[in-house]
Amino acid sequence: MERLPILKIGQMLLVSIQVDLRDDMVVALQEDLAERIVETGARGVVIDITALDIVDSFTGRMLATIAALSRVLDAETVVVGMRPAVAITLVELGLSLDGIKTALDVERGIRLLSPAGGAAR
Amino acid sequence: MTSEPFGDLIDRCRAAEDDLVRRWRADVAASLRGRISELELDKELRELLDAVLSAVATADGADTRSAAYGEVRALLVDLSRARALQGFSPRETAISVFALKRAVRESVEVGPEFTAFSDVIDELGLFTFESYAKTREEVIANQAEQLLELATPVVKLWHGVVALPLVGTLDSARAQVVMEKLLQTLVDTGSEYAIIDITGVPAVDTQVAQHLLKTIVAARLMGAECIISGIRPQIAQTIVALGIEFGDIATKATLADALLLALGRIGVDVTAEMSKRGL
Repeated sequence: MERLPILKIGQMLLVSIQVDLRDDMVVALQEDLAERIVETGARGVVIDITALDIVDSFTGRMLATIAALSRVLDAETVVVGMRPAVAITLVELGLSLDGIKTALDVERGIRLLSPAGGAAR
Repeated sequence: MTSEPFGDLIDRCRAAEDDLVRRWRADVAASLRGRISELELDKELRELLDAVLSAVATADGADTRSAAYGEVRALLVDLSRARALQGFSPRETAISVFALKRAVRESVEVGPEFTAFSDVIDELGLFTFESYAKTREEVIANQAEQLLELATPVVKLWHGVVALPLVGTLDSARAQVVMEKLLQTLVDTGSEYAIIDITGVPAVDTQVAQHLLKTIVAARLMGAECIISGIRPQIAQTIVALGIEFGDIATKATLADALLLALGRIGVDVTAEMSKRGL
């Protein structure tokens, strides 16, 4: 099965979703991510969904689950690069992803998670 | 060359062409009240008459949907389009065609074959009216689209701060356009703050508030923060009376206050910025 790569940058993990998500990939990602957070002691997770142009309620719930999971493991999640169409769809679906931080791009997301940047926002 | 139902009416019309056009033009000109020059009208009608007579003279002369009427239809589309764009009324447009009947009756000796000819003219008149209505609809659709674009500019106030001055009533269709345009601008400019100014919105009801909230939540999902400004005293009262909750969304009375808030959050030092640019 295809797995999404999880990259470690300093104290952060970066997941960039570049392909169409299948449900089994999402489940695998959640497991892998939990393992990697524990393994690396990461303090933040950046999920880049710039390339994602179709979302459904399952994808929306995945983001919420990952955020909840990271929070339990003392890591913060930032979702970055959401496209307007995706944002509109999620709002229409009634998923406002409360408690998840968001940023316009990866750079801003990383800045948001780094100790100095987090305070500015 | 003349087909059966019309007898020699066509030939007689050809013979009396000048007189016919003169009468026809006089009738049409009277209804248009001088808004088109006689010369222009003369050329238009002469061309049309020639096409009509040629078409009627063919074997399928009685059937206005036949290929023989191709040129007539093209001329009528041009005519009704021009009339619609110049703002003539439906009656003034249709009369240009229907007046031909009277002109023929008055300038040519007509017999029973005139009924068939009259039917053809009626068909053509209806066709003209149809294409007139179509043109008008196109004009209206264009205007609605232009209005939609005109009314939703997104302006950049600072690096990373855009403003959306809303003017006019927000209905669902417009709210959708506003939402998409604002979100796209956020992506294109990489702006983290958007100020939605509702000074020009005449009334805020629950529906408008719902649209605003959706836009703001969508912007948040993308990683941008929205500030609502331009809330007039009456609007504030309505909002409270309706029990609309803006939650933790920042609201300011004026655009200036909202800009100041955004600049503060980004951490811009305006005076330092000005001296850097030599102002």
